[in-house]
Amino acid sequence: MSDAEDFRPGELVGTSVQRREDPHLLSGEAEYTDDIQHGDGVHLALCRSQYGHARIEDVDPSDALGLDGVVAVYTAADVEASDAPGILRADDSDRPVPAHPLLAGETATYQGQPVAAVVAEDRYTARDAAERVDISYERLPAVVDPDAALETDAPAIHDGAPDNVAFEWDTGDEDAAEAALDAADRVVEVEVPINRVMPTAMEPRAAVATADGSDLSLALTTQNPHQMRSDAAETLGVPEDRIDVRAPDVGGGFGGKLQPYPGYLLTAWTALQLERPVKWTATRSEDLQSMIHSREHDVAAQVGVSDAGDIEGLRLDTVAPVGGYLVAGGSTVPKNLGLMANGQYAIPGAYVHTTGVFTNTAPLSAYRGAGRPEATYVIERLVYEVAGELGLDPVEFRRRNYVGSFPYETGLGRTYDSGDYGKTLDTALGHVDYEEFRERQERLREEGRYLGIGVSAYVEACGVGPGIGEAGSVELTPSGTVVVKAGTAEIGTGHRTGYTQIVAAELGVPIENVEVIEGDTATMEEGTGTFGSRAMPVAGSAVRESAERVREQAREIAAHHLEASVDDVAAGDGEFHIRGAPDRSLTLTEVAELADAGDVPAGVDPDLAAESQYDPPNYTFPFGTHVALVEVEPDTGEIEIDRYVAVDDVGTQINPTIVEGQIHGGIVQGIGQALYEETTYDDNGTLVSGSLQDYALPRAGHVPELEWDSTVTECPHNPLGVKGVGEAGAIAAPPAIVNAVADALEPFDIGGLEMPLTPERIWRAVQDS
Amino acid sequence: MAEKDITLTVNGTDHELRVESRKLLVHAIREDLDLTGTHIGCDTGNCGACTVYKDGEAVKSCLLFAVQADGSEITTVEGMEDQPEAGMGNSDLHPIQEGFHEMHGLQCGYCTPGMIMAGKALLEENDDPTEHEIRENISGNLCRCTGYQNIVKSIEYAADVLNDREPPESPVEHEGASMETAPDGGVETDGGCTGPDLTREYPGGDQE
Repeated sequence: MSDAEDFRPGELVGTSVQRREDPHLLSGEAEYTDDIQHGDGVHLALCRSQYGHARIEDVDPSDALGLDGVVAVYTAADVEASDAPGILRADDSDRPVPAHPLLAGETATYQGQPVAAVVAEDRYTARDAAERVDISYERLPAVVDPDAALETDAPAIHDGAPDNVAFEWDTGDEDAAEAALDAADRVVEVEVPINRVMPTAMEPRAAVATADGSDLSLALTTQNPHQMRSDAAETLGVPEDRIDVRAPDVGGGFGGKLQPYPGYLLTAWTALQLERPVKWTATRSEDLQSMIHSREHDVAAQVGVSDAGDIEGLRLDTVAPVGGYLVAGGSTVPKNLGLMANGQYAIPGAYVHTTGVFTNTAPLSAYRGAGRPEATYVIERLVYEVAGELGLDPVEFRRRNYVGSFPYETGLGRTYDSGDYGKTLDTALGHVDYEEFRERQERLREEGRYLGIGVSAYVEACGVGPGIGEAGSVELTPSGTVVVKAGTAEIGTGHRTGYTQIVAAELGVPIENVEVIEGDTATMEEGTGTFGSRAMPVAGSAVRESAERVREQAREIAAHHLEASVDDVAAGDGEFHIRGAPDRSLTLTEVAELADAGDVPAGVDPDLAAESQYDPPNYTFPFGTHVALVEVEPDTGEIEIDRYVAVDDVGTQINPTIVEGQIHGGIVQGIGQALYEETTYDDNGTLVSGSLQDYALPRAGHVPELEWDSTVTECPHNPLGVKGVGEAGAIAAPPAIVNAVADALEPFDIGGLEMPLTPERIWRAVQDS
Repeated sequence: MAEKDITLTVNGTDHELRVESRKLLVHAIREDLDLTGTHIGCDTGNCGACTVYKDGEAVKSCLLFAVQADGSEITTVEGMEDQPEAGMGNSDLHPIQEGFHEMHGLQCGYCTPGMIMAGKALLEENDDPTEHEIRENISGNLCRCTGYQNIVKSIEYAADVLNDREPPESPVEHEGASMETAPDGGVETDGGCTGPDLTREYPGGDQE
């Protein structure tokens, strides 16, 4: 249909228009969940297990109930006595999954697991009362280390899993991997531990529920309101069509706000019990104890290489602590490590075996990258170490083993769509002048200064599919306003601006004519949510398709009124005209008015509206090369990042400024993991890093100025060529930093490095070398 | 619980409040005065989301009881557009707010009001800070989205406006854009940002 005279869709795509999300966030007019106040509302506070592993002997609410302003105290027995099934969604496993209750009844399996719920007239009284609920515990032996949990004498956390194994899974070809390792000139064995971190969006969790009979309305700090609606239905036993869930402004997600947390659903359940609006707002300490944690893995790797430097075989045995329960994403994330373990490299024989282990820790699940940061860390650390063993330059070793042609079937279960790995590598190395750096490094070592360069060459997987689609609708209203709805939720990533650009480009209308509504089950029946960098490649594709359908429908109506055949009508800038006769035209708004009046040709729907479900045929595979230049002071263990250069290829960039912003934020989270952040439990399962006083998020003074560049290799299988960008920075950064530090300390012959690379750890590694 | 009558002058308006002695200032601002632009991100004074401008300095309003602020003058993000510097740039906004919009200094927006108030306190003490000084001065405020780089640039932008210098070129298109809030919470652009920029290239990269 389109030809040279048509408005060219896509011209607005690739332009850094201002974010549409900003104004109300800058003025204080934003509405986050905790900002919602109901005059007759009450407040929920949760009593959480003090212990990592304990039998709950008794819950005595009498002291709490004696306090003025306390409305109710609920325990597991009250949930059981209600109509609610009271069991939370879990992830897939190859064995029976222990039920995860809204409130712990007999045992608590991680510190912070909710045991009782207190409702009071105000926030302060609810907290006071929660402290007065007298819970008697019998402490049980706890186990927090996943390898220790697999020992035969380890305490069993669930009766149904005496060996503490939550799931086992493998991918790739074990025989081929073993044969490749046997045949290889050399096999390098490396242990790669990955530290446990916490997503820590700046907005803590909150929920507001109102109930009218059995109708339930929920406002949640969530990335996936439609999934939360299903969860509320399942766990509370309320029909889905009686529930609305919306995500008001959400102060960051990073994967931490995908879960049906007990706090969310207890807010809903107590509102149903009391028929009053209920609000729950978590404190940061509660969030750190009981939101999901992520990344922790122990990985044993074997890499088989030829003397010439070809990687021929790879075997990984990975162990992940899933926590006290296997929650949503609890097996998916460790599996993603295996599925992406070969990184940018063609490895003929690859195999990964994964064991998920119950531990007395907060549940493990998805945090920005969800398995791809783990995979990238493992393979990029291996590549660095193996190149060192072979005496090869790590950059040339990478280049030698790159996947060269696409699509590429990895042998571990993924088929890479498109890529040009050498190009981002060359671009990044050009920015840092690799050869010059190596000379400077050599020179300064003689002066007792230790510079290092670290490369992270990553490929990741976004926009999960096939089978997980997203809905996007477009409606041209009689006033000429275009209303776009999507099944995602805006959590800070600016995709409302992205959808606006896509639809405005497709219809040839100014962006101020486009209004975007999302994150609300009441206005959009279908939806999946915001995760896995899927908003642009999946929801963006859906809204684009809907916009195209509306445009073509409008073209038919315009043709009818212009008395021309559809083929003779060109779509211009917000109007339609007869080809070769631009003055014979109708604006989109005029077409909308005609359609509203029912003045349409036979067989054409007068409603200028379309809803599309886009189901991606495959994941997309963004890639890039990040390079860190560091200087390490061996006497103190301090690390200075001198430069950080990122070159990313995320396919078509709808809004390059937003893309760069996503990369910045991700890199700093990755730097946090590499240098600062560590979630620590003691042997009893008590969270030691339980506040922002103890858990070190990077601050402005901790991070360098980031230098960013990009290449564009389109995704071949979605209409926009978009690959997605939400997670790339966090995926790429940790190995760039750690490889740089390893490179700087190469003269000291230190052993393995464990993140976070604190000054003490570096100092000890140097001392012990 | 003991209660006390206090007076808070917030954004130029006097408020008489009766508060529990233990009530945190941030809760008085958010719940009694319904000024929800000031946020809460932690329980330990580490995140800075609750930063307000009180009697000439940036303070964390979760670390003060409301009664401790009796008689004080407080500015919150809601009052920034009424400050004398508002409108000095290209919009009705305070130059710091404008800087955040122009330089993509915010993503989820949750830390932003606290960052703006920290920025205000810094610029009142030193209207032309270096990058290092900005980073040091906002180190009491956590942001998990932006990696701080564009926040630093946002404050530099404001410093340029306040010093009557041409601010750095914004990476975003902003010609003539107004700041009306659209029905979806977004911006009514008043004719700005409408046209595609056909000459624009991806930053340093190839377009394939």
